[in-house]
Amino acid sequence: MDIVKLTIDNTPVVVEKGTTVLEAAKTVGVEIPTLCYMKLDDMEFENKPGGCRVCVVEIEGRRNLAPSCKTECEEGMVVNTHSVRVVNARRTVTELILSDHPFECLVCSKSGKCDLQTLAQDLGIREIHYQGEKSTYKSDKSPAIIREMDKCIMCRRCETACNDVQTVGTLSAIYRGFKSVVAPAFEMDLDHTNCTFCGQCVAVCPTGALIERDHTWKVMEAIINPEKTVIVQTAPAVRAALGEEFGMEPGTLVTGKMVTALRKIGFDYVFDTDFAADLTILEEGTELLGRLSRFLSGNKDVKLPILTSCCPAWVNFFEHHFPEMKDIPSTAKSPQQMFGAIAKTYFADKLQIKRENLVVVSVMPCLAKKYEASRDEFKVNGDPDVNISITTRELAQMIKNANLKFTELPDDDFDRPLGESTGAGVIFGTTGGVIEAAVRTAYELHTGKELDRLDFEELRGLEGIRSATIDFDGLPINIGIAHGLGNARKLLEDIKAGKSQFHAIEIMACPGGCIGGGGQPYHHGDVNVLKKRQKAIYEEDAGKTIRKSHENPYIKKLYEEFLGEPCGAKSHELLHTKYFDKKKKIEI
Amino acid sequence: MAKVKSLDDLKKIKEEFLSKEELQKNGDKSLGIVQIKVAMATCGIASGAKKTMDYLINELDNRAIDAVVTQTGCMGYCYAEPTIEVTLPGKEPVVFGYVDEKRAGDIIEKYIQGGELVGDVIPVNYETIEEHNIE
Amino acid sequence: MAKDKKQIRIALRNCGFINPENIDEYIARDGYQALGKALEMTPEEVIDEIKKSGLRGRGGGGFPTGLKWELTRKVEAEQKYVVCNADEGDPGAFMDRSILEGDPHTVLEAMAINGYCTGASKGLIYIRAEYPLAIERLKIAIGQAREYGLLGDKIFGKDFSFDIELRYGAGAFVCGEETALIHSMEGLRGEPTVKPPFPSESGYKGAPTNVNNVETYANIPVILLKGSGWFASIGTEKSKGTKVFALAGKVNNVGLIEVPMGTTLREVIFDIGGGIKSGKKFKAVQTGGPSGGCLTEKHLDIPIDYDNLIASGSMMGSGGMIVMDEDDCMVSVAKFYLDFTVEESCGKCAPCRLGNKRLYEILDTITQGKGTEDDLFKLRNLGNVIKDTSLCGLGQTSPNPVLSTMENFYDEYLAHVKDHKCPAGQCKALMSYIINPDACVGCTLCARVCPVDAISGEKKMPHVIDQSICIKCGACFEKCKFGAIFIE
Repeated sequence: MDIVKLTIDNTPVVVEKGTTVLEAAKTVGVEIPTLCYMKLDDMEFENKPGGCRVCVVEIEGRRNLAPSCKTECEEGMVVNTHSVRVVNARRTVTELILSDHPFECLVCSKSGKCDLQTLAQDLGIREIHYQGEKSTYKSDKSPAIIREMDKCIMCRRCETACNDVQTVGTLSAIYRGFKSVVAPAFEMDLDHTNCTFCGQCVAVCPTGALIERDHTWKVMEAIINPEKTVIVQTAPAVRAALGEEFGMEPGTLVTGKMVTALRKIGFDYVFDTDFAADLTILEEGTELLGRLSRFLSGNKDVKLPILTSCCPAWVNFFEHHFPEMKDIPSTAKSPQQMFGAIAKTYFADKLQIKRENLVVVSVMPCLAKKYEASRDEFKVNGDPDVNISITTRELAQMIKNANLKFTELPDDDFDRPLGESTGAGVIFGTTGGVIEAAVRTAYELHTGKELDRLDFEELRGLEGIRSATIDFDGLPINIGIAHGLGNARKLLEDIKAGKSQFHAIEIMACPGGCIGGGGQPYHHGDVNVLKKRQKAIYEEDAGKTIRKSHENPYIKKLYEEFLGEPCGAKSHELLHTKYFDKKKKIEI
Repeated sequence: MAKVKSLDDLKKIKEEFLSKEELQKNGDKSLGIVQIKVAMATCGIASGAKKTMDYLINELDNRAIDAVVTQTGCMGYCYAEPTIEVTLPGKEPVVFGYVDEKRAGDIIEKYIQGGELVGDVIPVNYETIEEHNIE
Repeated sequence: MAKDKKQIRIALRNCGFINPENIDEYIARDGYQALGKALEMTPEEVIDEIKKSGLRGRGGGGFPTGLKWELTRKVEAEQKYVVCNADEGDPGAFMDRSILEGDPHTVLEAMAINGYCTGASKGLIYIRAEYPLAIERLKIAIGQAREYGLLGDKIFGKDFSFDIELRYGAGAFVCGEETALIHSMEGLRGEPTVKPPFPSESGYKGAPTNVNNVETYANIPVILLKGSGWFASIGTEKSKGTKVFALAGKVNNVGLIEVPMGTTLREVIFDIGGGIKSGKKFKAVQTGGPSGGCLTEKHLDIPIDYDNLIASGSMMGSGGMIVMDEDDCMVSVAKFYLDFTVEESCGKCAPCRLGNKRLYEILDTITQGKGTEDDLFKLRNLGNVIKDTSLCGLGQTSPNPVLSTMENFYDEYLAHVKDHKCPAGQCKALMSYIINPDACVGCTLCARVCPVDAISGEKKMPHVIDQSICIKCGACFEKCKFGAIFIE
């Protein structure tokens, strides 16, 4: 390993060659302010265009100030991070950025969580000396994401997320100079582009330029409407992150407090998407085994590998980018939509109310779920199976609005029947979880034997693409896992080229899976937050008495009372869907 | 066209061209051939060099003057565009500026046919690489 | 050098002499001999010759050309590229266009020599689509060179293959910056990235890439034919050879000139340029385009070279040279250049995207007569911060027109903000048309031509202009037959 010795603020520093000045400074406790810079180790996300120039430092012998995020340490370098020249430049540049930013902090959804606001406060900026024209752009309101580009500071993080990480390519910088902004081609609305609504742009946006479409008010309207019965489902990843919004350590499980809070807010029934996750496993697992056995018996028309379909951004991705492969993913609906379909039939019948009077709310770590809920194929006579989908962040806001002291709330349990779940349902919240849950069930259904272990460590982790072979009692099943759409693309290209050796592949659009979803509390570039959430998810699974979906007693009951058998006629009607070719053909 | 395989091949092309040029300049005809170059870079064309060139070709033809009119690049005299360089047989080249059709007519009549300079001539105010020697 | 001849034509040696569409004419003037000669030498020997000549990049930066070639040569890679930067974008500059239109083969020949030296088999010319004639002539030239085998496989029968393709730019000024240029050629947004890595390590498609400007290339064949000693005998200690300038503005002889490094501004403006138009007084000369600065009377006798121009607060740039006279308002000149930079900033880094916009706005306020002394402080601080923090050369130099005019014409700025006067009489908002009552005969003509009825008065009595209504169109001033209206 090559070593470089340098001096930062009069302190000698020794670092590995290739280390940036910014990273080197951290090792000796010198924090250099940054703005556009964001790096998520293990998530293949690195944004350092060197554009904001907030992190500039003085390096002896250089004519100009250097961006510390992009400047590699060199032997004998003498760096000054807080000289008068540097501080003046940093303040002036920050003032310039603020001079082109709307002063709407009082009503901005990002207030208090805004990196620009934090920077301005840290630098103690009380006056903007360089005022002038502000850039304005039309706002763009899609069903999931709202773009208020007046607040864009051209950090390009969203562009990195959309292009480098997700390889979706919806967002890129357009126009020049003062007018430049990150937008879809021709400044189209997101709705008309190939956007998957994965929300990773929102997850990394430092300001309020990219935010989710807020539906909390719609939820409140439903709750106060006496004619409506309002039920809520909460996705597995929500409970591992919600606490962060209330100052709790990342990775704190708040399942019980969340249930209490939801009751107090006024939901009539508090259910769990994990229940629907168990249901998904039975449908998807059965579909996998069906395809597999037909394949093994020599049927050449069978498409393998089977791909999971519970992630709505992933569904959007292949509909837009790989429509020719739309018959490969499982036809099983996502847990959110399975829940909605069962709630509006099975559960509405139990309550003896009309489906129109049952309002299904979902709390999701996700923005694409908002779009998914609005899809036409998930409506019956115009009534959606899931009426309103809100994010973890929106739920936190509702809890705050209800004046609940969240950290002090007692624990409570989900309602029955749609609140009972297994450990398998819980791990849907992280990359690798869906396929692990599927393995637990598919193995036992296929072999008729009981698993002697439930923790498949070989399927866990955060590497972008993982693979493992699971022995199904003599039948080796090759499993692939990808999170982040860029990684998904690689596996898809392999399948397209006929090179894929996998039988089943799990794909999650967001890096880390749902724990890193676009609707989760902001991680502000701290990848440890995601790691702690993942740990919490596996902890919850380990603590469950039942950890295999097919052993969920309420799932069994659902099949006995209502559905019949997995992948049966009723299931096909309610729990399976079809996909569309949405490839955009733009003519210029 | 034969490929150039060596410096000698290159020299042959050079010599062939120069001897052809020499023949044009001091040919066996009593007058030789008048050579005219019209500065036809974007700047010249924008100032009307194309018109001037067309005029020269037609007018020389009308008057049955044996001349070769070719295009060349920018001579650098933006202030005096369009510019042309006229080389009478056996004489040094002369550069004329502001050559619109009228002045082109004057140049043909007075300089090419009469040998008398018309209006301001642009003096050569630079050295060529051949002329410049280490002092 | 002969005393009456201030210019030497090296880069422009064939412009205006040969028919650019006939390769034989180029060959007749020793064209492609340098390439043939180079191929008889080792690449190291050729690079050494270029290094010894002292040639520096003519695009403005002034980086030693031989060293640049050597850097690209030293990087090991299967594929390397040689690029010609023909994205000339300075307002009023057309040196490169003239060379490409007048002598396209010299660039092709030099690129091939560069390819031989650096180990590249492929050359790309990045040229603005707004140069259709240059493109046309380049296409013809490339075709002819291929026919003669001067481009293609086994050039001169040697084990060296090289070919050239054109790439078109859409005229963004920033694409003249080499990393932005490369991104544009790759089909990406034309914006620069932080160097290092330099293109010599990682350029076009990640391969080692040598980027030189048109005029730099045009010097190469001459260096090899006449020798590095001959070339290095021209110029100053650290700047060798000649420089082509597009001389424009208020001089009598505007045009394309090529002078030895070390020529003074006085020689250029007064001897070659023929002095200031209409006998007016010289005020300033702007070199280096939007990246350069305005120099004054006191700089007239400084020998022009890379280092002297930078020391004087301007720069060589690509060779635009605009002369100004007493009628030019220096605040307005600075504003003109900032207007250009604001349009041409790529928008990637905050100081350039926003800082230049604010500089422009402050200058505009000053020319509107609404500036304060505090604005002058802001201009200076902001200008220095933009220089100090911008990502690429565009932003790092864009405040130069402001800073240099403030340095050299501070009184003029003060007059704008303190006395609310424009000494050059250019800033309309700061002008007043006034009728001298002693000279006015009351003919009423001025009142009749005034488009906003700002002039009143009885017949045969002195008239008055209501300053609150006057739009300073100057119609009255032009019509008055008695010289009774003056500007204050």
